[in-house]
Order: sequence, then structure tokens, then C-alpha cells
Amino acid sequence: MAQLLRPEQIFALKFGAAVLLIFFVAGILVWRTLIAESPPIDSPVAQTPPFSHKHHISDVGLDCRFCHATVETAAFAGLPPTSTCMTCHSQLFKGQSILAPVAESLRLDRPLHWIRVHRLPGFVYFHHAIHISKGVGCSTCHGRVDQMPLLWRTQSLEMSWCLDCHRAPERYLRPRNRVFDMAWNPPPDQLQQGRRLLADYGIDRRRLTDCSNCHR
Amino acid sequence: MKPIDVREVPFEQDANGGTAPLWRSLQELTRRAASGNGERTLPPANSPRDLAEIDRRQFLRLAAASLSMAGAGGCSRAPQQTIVPYVHAPPRLVGGDPQYFATSADLCGTAQGLLVKSNYGRPTKIEGNPSHPGSLGATDIFAQAAVLDLWDPDRAQAVLHRSQVSTWNAFVADLGAHMSRLSVNAGTGLRILSESITSPTLAAQLRTLLERFPGARWHQYQPINRDHAYEGSRLAFGEVLETRYHCDKARVVLSLDSDFLGSPGVRYAHDFVGARRTADAQPDPGRLYVIECTPTLTGSFADHRYAARFNEIEAIARALAQALGLPVVGGTSASALPGGVLAACADDLKRNAGQALLVAGETQPPIVHALAHAINETLGNVGRTLSYSAPILALAENQGDSLRALVDDMAAGKVDTLVMLGGNPVYNAPADRHFGERLAKVGLRVHLSLYNDETSALCDWQIPQAHFLESWSDTRAFDGTVAIQQPLIAPLYGGKSAHQMVALLLGEGTSSDHDSNDHDRVRELWTRGHPQADADAIWDRALQRGMIEGSQLPARPVSLQSDFLRESAAPVAGGGGDLDLIFAPDPTVWDGRFANNAWLQELPKPLTKLTWDNAALVSPQLAKHMGLANEDQIELQYRGATVLAPVWIVPGQPEATVTVTLGYGRSRSGRIGDGAGFNAFLLRRSDEPWHGRGLQIRKTGAKVRLATTQHHFSMEGRRPVRATTLDQFLRDPSAVTADARRRQPSMYEPAPDDGYAWAMSINLDACIGCSACTIACQSENNIPVVGKAEVLRGREMHWIRVDRYYQGAPEQPRTYFQPVPCMHCEDAPCEAVCPVEATVHDSEGLNLQVYNRCIGTRFCSNNCPYKVRRFNFLQYADEDTESLKAQRNPEVTVRMRGVMEKCTYCVQRITNARIEAEKGNRRLGDGDVVTACQAACPTGAIAFGNLKDPHSRVNQTKASPLEYALLSELNTRPRTTYLAKLTNPNPELMNGPAGDAKAGS
Repeated sequence: MAQLLRPEQIFALKFGAAVLLIFFVAGILVWRTLIAESPPIDSPVAQTPPFSHKHHISDVGLDCRFCHATVETAAFAGLPPTSTCMTCHSQLFKGQSILAPVAESLRLDRPLHWIRVHRLPGFVYFHHAIHISKGVGCSTCHGRVDQMPLLWRTQSLEMSWCLDCHRAPERYLRPRNRVFDMAWNPPPDQLQQGRRLLADYGIDRRRLTDCSNCHR
Repeated sequence: MKPIDVREVPFEQDANGGTAPLWRSLQELTRRAASGNGERTLPPANSPRDLAEIDRRQFLRLAAASLSMAGAGGCSRAPQQTIVPYVHAPPRLVGGDPQYFATSADLCGTAQGLLVKSNYGRPTKIEGNPSHPGSLGATDIFAQAAVLDLWDPDRAQAVLHRSQVSTWNAFVADLGAHMSRLSVNAGTGLRILSESITSPTLAAQLRTLLERFPGARWHQYQPINRDHAYEGSRLAFGEVLETRYHCDKARVVLSLDSDFLGSPGVRYAHDFVGARRTADAQPDPGRLYVIECTPTLTGSFADHRYAARFNEIEAIARALAQALGLPVVGGTSASALPGGVLAACADDLKRNAGQALLVAGETQPPIVHALAHAINETLGNVGRTLSYSAPILALAENQGDSLRALVDDMAAGKVDTLVMLGGNPVYNAPADRHFGERLAKVGLRVHLSLYNDETSALCDWQIPQAHFLESWSDTRAFDGTVAIQQPLIAPLYGGKSAHQMVALLLGEGTSSDHDSNDHDRVRELWTRGHPQADADAIWDRALQRGMIEGSQLPARPVSLQSDFLRESAAPVAGGGGDLDLIFAPDPTVWDGRFANNAWLQELPKPLTKLTWDNAALVSPQLAKHMGLANEDQIELQYRGATVLAPVWIVPGQPEATVTVTLGYGRSRSGRIGDGAGFNAFLLRRSDEPWHGRGLQIRKTGAKVRLATTQHHFSMEGRRPVRATTLDQFLRDPSAVTADARRRQPSMYEPAPDDGYAWAMSINLDACIGCSACTIACQSENNIPVVGKAEVLRGREMHWIRVDRYYQGAPEQPRTYFQPVPCMHCEDAPCEAVCPVEATVHDSEGLNLQVYNRCIGTRFCSNNCPYKVRRFNFLQYADEDTESLKAQRNPEVTVRMRGVMEKCTYCVQRITNARIEAEKGNRRLGDGDVVTACQAACPTGAIAFGNLKDPHSRVNQTKASPLEYALLSELNTRPRTTYLAKLTNPNPELMNGPAGDAKAGS
């Protein structure tokens, strides 16, 4: 039986297949990078109800700890139960449609569901309280939450980002009384101050990059 | 396989510090004898068999399939997560931090106080309650594993009426109709059958019920009960008494077939070992003699252990009583023991009168118990090393008689309504009671139980029972101390408690409110007669402490009635051809109640190292005589019943004795326990519940594969266990460990000097081999079970295994146990070979395994000389069953397929303790970090702490001259080290007759 295809045609087919394969793989890689982070950095996340950190912090003047009550004591910063919302909202903006889900939650004893904005993989064990007690401010990782009508993520939360600070904490550490200060900016002599704080807080730098610090 | 000829075995009779070669199995011993050096075979974990079963094409197909699956798996966006806060936050719940609640559990007839960890309301880990006398902070394997029962997806989940799903209200109506008919005749025809009950509240309820319905009766039956002990005290003192041993006060202990160290409950082991632990450099640690019918943990721990047939124990007790001057009739010369042993024993006891203790085994006949009481009395031990009190059981009747009465009445049609509060008599009643058949004659059969089991299947109503972590009750410990059983979670499946069932019979509260009534009942009993304010304080304190202080039963003065001494002994048949059959509780599934607990099924049984099966345990001599090898199936014929069982040869088993353990051969236990092992209850007879003569065995020619962990992870006979005698230790304290303590030079960088340096020390002299550490570790670290087929491939996942070694002649071996976790070598061989740095050191000396880096080459495991690394060959962790997810420790990653894992020194506990300390700007103190294995250990054999702290307990124990490192010649510098075993043999028996093979350590 004669050959069906000429050598050039065979070459074209093979070449075409190779190119297709390369595009396919490249396409998958591009797509993977696009979907890798969820939700993406710097894009506000819609919530029900549309809770505004900006309003509650900047306009009302609430402290972070009013709602995130265990941030100084536990691994989890804590999310307020509906009853905390209702300490004010049983009087303020009562009956407004925007607050209907909160009122309904209390009435039906059905919890609110918030979409998670800051998320770590299951094999990472992050502890809020130890960061707070060692002078890592809220805004260092969470950004200017006081200026976010809807919350978004400002940092990648990847391991290299964690290590950025764990390798050189002096660049980020604050005095304890400025931890909850949203407007804190590193002073010009941050490196000196940071080194002094490192000593004051008794931080063992070697320990900070041990795998067991965050993975177990 | 060729039968084992023990005479081929060269035995080094050594009296110089235990340097005779250690062996793990008879095969190894004979192989060594045959080839001089021991044939070296690959341990099964490294066996290429699995791959060999796959041909090239199949391999390529699988490779292609897995590649495409991996690609497909990557094509999904990570799902959006939601955070769900409370509507009303429960009080005292701080962030996600765990909470601890004191409760107690009565699992096998005595209670242990527990502290249970709760994560967001989910009980996840059970620890001992340090203030409870039955626990003192430690737990046995059953208590550790009980949390898995709570989350078992196979639990009974619905009210069943003749196997159809029904409702509680329908049951209440049906029972109500029967009760109104029964109450006309004062309850005649109403029977309650319960297991051993220690709960004072439940007992009070039942007594009220019997008062209300005088015609009703309450029966008790538990297959492993204390009938013989109670009858023994009746014989000796004329009343039923609880014997309580004060093992810490006893210097010389003789156990007549009693496994007091290995039985459920941890207090005796704690006291006995605590008082003689040699790390504390006691010049005279006392002595333990054990004479037993089947090898036990207690026998393994003894300074002198002798095997005897069941009936010979009584003769020995009589001879001993005579030697101590008691007017005993019929004391034959105890031919079972080598000459001089009995006299030496008696001398030792006499010399230590007042500090000696004779313990009779619970399975031994009443006369042996009575003789033990008489001997203890003669020696002046009563009030010192043992005392007596009222029984801790609410109703200390003879349970065998109680069951017979019930079954007779059932057969006679006198039982109209039978309410069973727990228990599984259809499965575990003696075969000659024919409980299942007789049950058919009962009008209304009600079974309250955790599982829809063999008994439930024959009942009209099956009511799901609330687990002890789901219901209120109270319990009594070994000394009678009352503890409140406090629930941590509402019943998962609407389970009911025994209290609720009895209340229902009394016509009280039929409410569906699950626990409020039980709470009120228990509280009312323990705060009765106190004004409200006091009552609140008493109750709160009882809950907080986990016990009611001062509630132990007072010691009672006794007077010996010596009539029984003059009664002649039951005739002891001499040697003969017939075999003894011994029934023993299974070391891990007990009487079958834990058959569906996967942790306990996969826990290697301490002496046989079998998992997932029971076996007929035979002696090496019998095996040789009958031509039996391990895994041979035999037919056991005993009093007309026939059971097929696989053979397992156990060194130290009396020659003509076959031991079968109860609790296997379940048909309706659940997915885990069904079909495992054989049912020894089919052979059990009510007149001789613990032993019998006239067993016939016949080889069927078939083989039954048994999954043992015995051969895995061989240490190739390099003196892993070191032992010496007290004598030699006093002469030259470090002789036994000298070669293992030499510090060799290293090319690795030295470890940093500041910070913490975590280390562990395991005292082999304190280890009794109970395996509580293994289960505690499994529970703490989310370690999966792998199943029998995978254990057969050597793929069990336990992070801390307990190795068992034998030394000496197979008829009379000395047994050693050695728990082996990761050694956390300072110069770790595993780290050097990992291509992706998934196993690395941290600054505090932990050898870490970083799961998210691991690509599963298994080079590390290959290079680990201790074989402590475990690989997830398959997806062992169950990621689908919802209830099992709830059990897991959220502080520890659940590992996936293809990842290596191993002991982490409980790094999550270290980290959390460190964070707590650093928040307060202080350093971690000694005892701030307690590993799971350390916490569970009843004898304090495991010390853990900071090497840099000169005052830490781990440093103090490591300073002992008995300290040595495992395989120290490899210069891995392990952080985990051992203290050598120290025995204190009686010098009079040291150079005794040849039969006393184990006098040298």
C-alpha cells in the first residue's frame, strides 16, 4: 500500500501537534496563575450584608477588638456573633433593608455567612495573638482596613511574603501601643527601632524561619 | 513450614547483664540456630512483592491514568470558603482554643477520671484526670480510644422496631402498654439485664424500680466479671468485699495468675512501678514473682516468672500457705514449679511480712482468692499493702448465677418484658445458656446499645444509646471514689441513657429533652441534704475536679473465717494427654465491646503483636509435638463445640495449655469488627468460664493469614534493649551501657547552645508494654488506620511502636518491651538523603517532616536506621466520612497519599506552649510541654523536656548511668534515649536448677 502522506505533510502534522501541545500546556499554566488566588488581591469582596469596615472604624470609631475579640489571646482573631452586631443595631438603623440579614439571623437563630477574604492553606498554622503581642500591626498584613468600604486582600499571603518579615522582622515591628493603629507608618529610623524592639520582645530570630514554626 | 525444634536452639545462659542475643520470634531464633548468624530477609515494608504483581503494560497504563488524573485534578479553582460566626457565642469559648472538661468513664467495670479536650464543642482527645485516683493523669488504651467510638459512623443511629426505623414516641407507647399490663401484677415478668454497674444514681433508680414493682428483677451479666474474686472474699470473710491493693507499699509481690499491671485501669501499674522505678536510684526496688497460665504484661515485668497450668495454681497457693504455716489441708507439693522456687518465694514473703502482697488472678477459682486472703492476713499485709471495702459494684451478686436465673425464667416463659441496658448477651453469654434461643420466648425485648449488634437483631426494639461523652451519669473508681460523668456534646443520634430508660419504666419523664433530667438526677443524689448555695458549690467543685472528694469507700476491718482452709483441694489431674483451654479477655478489643474501634483493632497486641485477629495461643513445645506452625488453622473441640482458629505460638505459654481470647468473631459489630477473628464465646461454658480441660485440637491443613507487626522494622539483633540486674548495677552502674555512651566525633556542625533543646528519655525499667502511648499518639496526631491487608504489607502507621523482644529459652523466656518513636537524631541520616529538603532540623533540635514539601521518594525511610518513618502509600486518612472529620485534632495536618510522616515530639503542643509562654514574656518551664505519649503513660516511663534546662526531669533521668542511645555506634546522636532495664532476681534462685532459665536477666 502506498503512503498516504508525503514526508512534508508528515512533518507539518508532527510540527503542528507539537505546537498545539506547547500552546495547550502554556494555556493551562496561564489559566492556573489566573485562578490561583481566590479572591484576587485588591479586588473588593461582596458580602451579605455589605459590611463596611471603613464606616465602623473611621466613622464610628470602633476598635478592631470590639468585634475581633480574641485577636490578642487566641490563634483565631474571632468573628463577632450576630448578638455583637445587635448591641448597636437593635437601636441604630433598625429596620433598614441593608441590615435585614442581621436581624433575620438573630430572629431565626441562623448564623451569617461571610466570604473568607484572607485564607491560608490547611498545612499553615497562623496564630494572631503571638503576632499582636510581638508588635506586628494589623495593617501590616491586612492593609488600611479603615479605608475599605468592602474588605479586600492587600497582600499575597504566600510563603515568600511571610518569610519576608520572618527573615527581617525589624523592618515591620512596632511598639505595642501602635499595633492597632491603622495609620502607622514606619518612622525614618525604623531599622534601629525595630532592632531594639526585637530585643525587647525577646524574639529568637533563628526560630522564625524554622519550618515547625508554621507547619506541623 | 517445618515445626520448631526448640532443642536446636542454643541458649546462652547468661548471668552477666543480659547480653544473650535477643529474639523477636521463634522463626528468627530457629533461623539463627540453623544458619549460625540468622538469615537476613528484607522486612516486609521494603518488599518488592507489590510491584512484582504488576506487569509492564499494567504499570504504564496506571502511570498514564494517574498522570491524566493529576492534570484533571488541577483544573478546578479553589472553592470559595465562608466563615460562619455564632448567633450567640457560647460562654467561655475563646477563639478556636480548645476547652477541657472533666468527666469519667466506666468502660470495663471500674472508672477512670478523664479530661476531655473539646474543639468548638467537638470532643477530640481524651486525657487522664490528674486529680482522679483511678487515673492520676494517665489512661489505658480503652479510655484513649473511646473518643473514636463516639464518632464511629457505624453506631446505632435510629430507634428500630423489628429492624424497621421507628420513633422514640412509638417505643414509649409500646412499652407503656406493656408496663400498664405488668403493673397489675406488681411488675412480675419485668426483667432488667444490665452489665456491671458502678453508677450510684443508676443503682438508686433501679432500686426504686424494684420497690415499685416487687415482682420485677434486675440481673447483671458482663462476660468479664469479678464473680470469682467476690466469691473468694465470701469464702474467706463471709461477705462480699472489694480487695484494694496498695501496690506502692508492697516490696515483694507474688501474683498467682493475676495481670494486675495490664488490666484496664492504670492505678496499680502507676503505684507498683512508681515505687520501684530505678531511675530514681533506689537501692532496693523490691521484687515481683509471677506464676501464670498464659503470658501477660505482669509476667513480662516480673523478676521471676513461671508458667503453670490453670489447676496447678491452686496447688501452689496451698503449698505456699502451708509453707507459711497455715493449717491447709491437701497441699500437694507444687510440682509445677522448679525445685526451691516455692521455698525461696515463701522466704522472701516471710522476710517482708507486712510489706509483701499476694495477688490472686480474677479468673482463678474462689479458693485461690480465699487462700490469698489468708496468706495476706498471716503475713500482716492487711491494712498495709491491701485493704478491703464494700464492693464498688452497686449490686455485687454472682453474675453467672444471675444470668442463669434469667435464662431459666426466659425458658420457662416467665419473662414478659426484658429491658437490656447495654451489653450484648446474645454474643457473649456462655454457649450453654443459649441466650439467643431463649430470648425468642420473651414477650417484649428491648435493647439499649451503642451499636445495632447481635442482640439488637433479635430484639423488638433497639434504642440507640448515648455515649458516655453524650450523657450525664456517675461512676466509681477502683477505690470507690465517685466521679461525675459529664457530657461534652449533645447525643449525635438522639441516643438515650440507661437513666432515661429506667425513668421511662418508672413512668417518669418521657421528654425528648436529652440530658436535663439525667443531670438533675445525678446532681440531686450528690447534693441532697445541702442548702441551695452549698449544693451549687459542691456540684461545681465536683464537676471542676472531676470527682467527689472523700467519696472513696472506707476500708473495712475483716476477720478471716478459717473453715475453708481445712477443706481438701479439688483433685489435680497429672500431666496426661489432655489440653487446658484458657479464656482470656482480648488485650485490645476486651470482650468484644471495642471490636468496631479501628484504633484498637490495629493496635498490636502487646505480646503477640497481632492486629485485626485473635488466635489460639499455643506453647512452642505443643507446636513441636503437634507439628503446628504459626497461621496453621486448627479445629478446637471442647465439650461438644467446635471452632476453627489460627495458631499462634507464644513463648512462655504452659506446655499443655491453649489460650483463646474473647471478643472476636463478631457478626454485627460494624464495618471494622465484622468477620475479624473467631468467636471464643462459642466454647465458653457457664460452669467453667475461664478454663476447662479436655480440649482436642486437630490441624485442618488450611492457613489463615495473620497480620503481625512482629517482623517489621528489624533491628538485626544489635542489643536494642539492655538489661542488667540490680546486683551488677550496684557493682558497676554503667557496665551495661558503657559502649553505647561513648561520644564519637562528628563532622556535622554542633547544635546551637542557647534556646531550647527538646529531648526524650524512655525508661525501659518502667515500661510495662501496655501500648497506651501508641493509642494516645494516634489520637493526638490524626494517625490513620490502614487495615489488615496493609498491615500484612508492613504499612502500619503508628508513630510510636512498642517492640517486644524475647531472651532465653522459648519455654521460659524473659520478655522486654521497648517503645520506639522517632529518635530525633542530632545528625539525622534521613535529612541527608531527602532531595527536596522535606525533612530538616529546626533550631530546637526537632527533626521535622514538612508534608507540603514531601514528594514521597521514601529515601528518608530507607536511610532511617530506626525504621520509625511511615509512608502514606494510599489515601489512608478517611476524608469522606463526616463524623470522623469531627474527631480529628485541628492542630495537626491530616496527611494525604504520597507523604512521609513520623513522630514530631508533638510539635503542636510545643508550639502552643511556646506561644503561651512568649505572650507572657517568659521561658518555657519544665512540664509546660507534655507529649501525648508521656501524658498517657501509666508508669511515667517517658520523660520529655528541655536539655538546656539543668533541672528538667529529662536531664535528670538522662544523667542516670543506665542511659544509652539506640544504635549508638551509628553516631546519629539521638535526642530520644533509653534507660536500661533493671531486674532484681532473688539471689537464692540465681544459680538454681536448670529449669529456672530466667534467673539471669
